Amino acid sequence: MKDTQTMERRLACSVDDLECGSSMTLQGAVRIAVYRNDDGDFFATADTCTHENWSLGEDSDLEGNEVICPLHMARFDIRTGRPLCLPATIALATYEVQIEDGKVYVLC
Amino acid sequence: MSVLIVGASVAGIRTAQALRMRGYSDLITVIGEEIHHPYDKPPLSKDMLLPEGDGSPVQLLSAEEINALDVQLRLGVRAAKLNTSTREISTEDGEILGFDDLVIATGVTPRTLPGATELGGIYTVRNADDASALRERLPHARHVVVVGSGFIGSEFASVASGYGADVTIVEAQDVPMAHILGSEVGALVSSLHAENGVRLLTGTSFDHFTGDGQVESVVLADGRVLPADLVVIGIGAKPAIEWLSDSGLPLGNGIECDEQLCVLGADRIYAAGDVAHWPHGLYGKSLRIEHWTNANEHADIVAASIAGGPTRRPQPPYVWSDQYGHRIQIVGRPSEGRAVSVRGGSGSEPVVAIYAGTDGVVVGAVVLDNPRLLMKIRKAIANRAQAVTLDALLDPPVSTRL
Repeated sequence: MKDTQTMERRLACSVDDLECGSSMTLQGAVRIAVYRNDDGDFFATADTCTHENWSLGEDSDLEGNEVICPLHMARFDIRTGRPLCLPATIALATYEVQIEDGKVYVLC
Repeated sequence: MSVLIVGASVAGIRTAQALRMRGYSDLITVIGEEIHHPYDKPPLSKDMLLPEGDGSPVQLLSAEEINALDVQLRLGVRAAKLNTSTREISTEDGEILGFDDLVIATGVTPRTLPGATELGGIYTVRNADDASALRERLPHARHVVVVGSGFIGSEFASVASGYGADVTIVEAQDVPMAHILGSEVGALVSSLHAENGVRLLTGTSFDHFTGDGQVESVVLADGRVLPADLVVIGIGAKPAIEWLSDSGLPLGNGIECDEQLCVLGADRIYAAGDVAHWPHGLYGKSLRIEHWTNANEHADIVAASIAGGPTRRPQPPYVWSDQYGHRIQIVGRPSEGRAVSVRGGSGSEPVVAIYAGTDGVVVGAVVLDNPRLLMKIRKAIANRAQAVTLDALLDPPVSTRL
C-alpha cells in the first residue's frame, strides 16, 4: 500500500452498475479489476493476471471470492490477491474500495 | 523424509512448487532427462518458433525461483528402472536414488512414422531441441508437409505459413479432429487452414518418405507425391512408461491411479500429468489427459496426497490452441457427448459449440475467440447444467440444433 498522501481516488462505477458475481476493468495508467462478489461486496486488484498478460476484470470468471483467469485457469482470492492454484504463484496487488453515495471508488 | 520426482517438465516442477506451497519442508529431488533448465511446453509449437524470437525455451520458473524452492534439480539424468521393494530408482548411468515418496511425471513420447529417423528435416514437436531445430530451419523451408491435423500439427502449419512457406497438411480422417469434435465442428475449426492459404488434404494417409540424407518428399497411400524439405509429424503421443515395464506397477493407457493419484496397489508412489490414468470426478470414469492445465492440477493433488490438506473439487479439463491469430479453447470433454448447439462460423464469426451427453447435461464446448463465454460454459460443465438451460443464456438466442 502506498502512503495515503500520494493516493489517487478513482471513480469506478455506480454500485448498481456491477451485478453480483461480476467484474469490470477500470482503465488508466494502472489498470484495475473491480469485482462484486455474490454477497454484493466490492473488491479491487491489479487487472493483469500475474502468470501471463490477461485482463481479469474484463474476461474472467468469479466463483465466490475467487477470480479465475480464462487463459490458463489461474485463481486468485479477490480479497487478498493471494494466488490459490498453479500456474499462479505471485499475488495480485490489492486496492482499497470505498463506497460513497452509491458510487464505487478505488484508492490507488 | 524425501520426495523423488521423476520428470522436470510441467507436472514434475509444479509438484515441487505445490509441495512447498503446502509447507512440505523435507528433501525434494527432481530428475529430468533433458539438460535444459525446466521450460514450458505450450510455446514449443507457438512463440518459440516465431521469426521475432530466438528459439530459446520459455522458462517454467526462474533460477531464483528454483533456488527459493530449495529443490535438488538433477538435469540430464534419465530414470531406467524402478524397484518398488527396495524403494529405489536406478538411472541410465547406474546411479541408485532412494525415496520415501515417489512422483512419476515422465509425460508422453510422440508417435512417429517409419523412416522418420533415417532422413534429415523430419521432426516431432515435443522438446526444446525439436523447437530450436525447427526455428532454425523455418526461414529456409520452401515446402512444408505436416502429417496430422491436431493441435500440434495445426499450430506448426500456422507458424510455417507465416514464414511464407508452401504448407500442406495431411490428415487420415475425413475431417480434422472429428474423433474429438465431430465432423461439423471439426470442419468449422479447421477451415482456418484454407482461409490462411494452407492446403489441407483429408481422408488420405502417409505411405513413405523419399530423400537422400535429407527428406525430399512425402508419398501418400493414394500415390500422390508431396515435395517436402521440412516435415513435422503430429500424430499423437503415448505415455512414457517403458522404463516401468518390469516394475510391477499397473500399466495400461498410462499408469493406473486412484482419485488422489496414488498408483493402484503401490505404497506412496504417485503419478502426475500426461502419464496418469485416473478417475475424473466430473466424468465418473478414468481418463488420461494430455493438457497443460491438467499437469498443474495434478501437481496440487499429488502434493496434497504427500503433504496433506484439502484439494480442490475436480475441474473441467481445459486446453487451448493458437492458430493464425485465433484462439481455440476446448473445455470439458466434447468426445463424451455430441454437438447439440453450434453458433457462428461463417466468415470471421466466433464459433461456439456446446456438447451434451444423452441425459442433456453439458459435457464440453469448443469456443473460438471468446474467452469470457468460455468461462460461462465452464461453470455450466462444473455444475452439470442442462445444455438447454445454458443455451438459453447465450447470444444470439437461436442455435442450429436445440
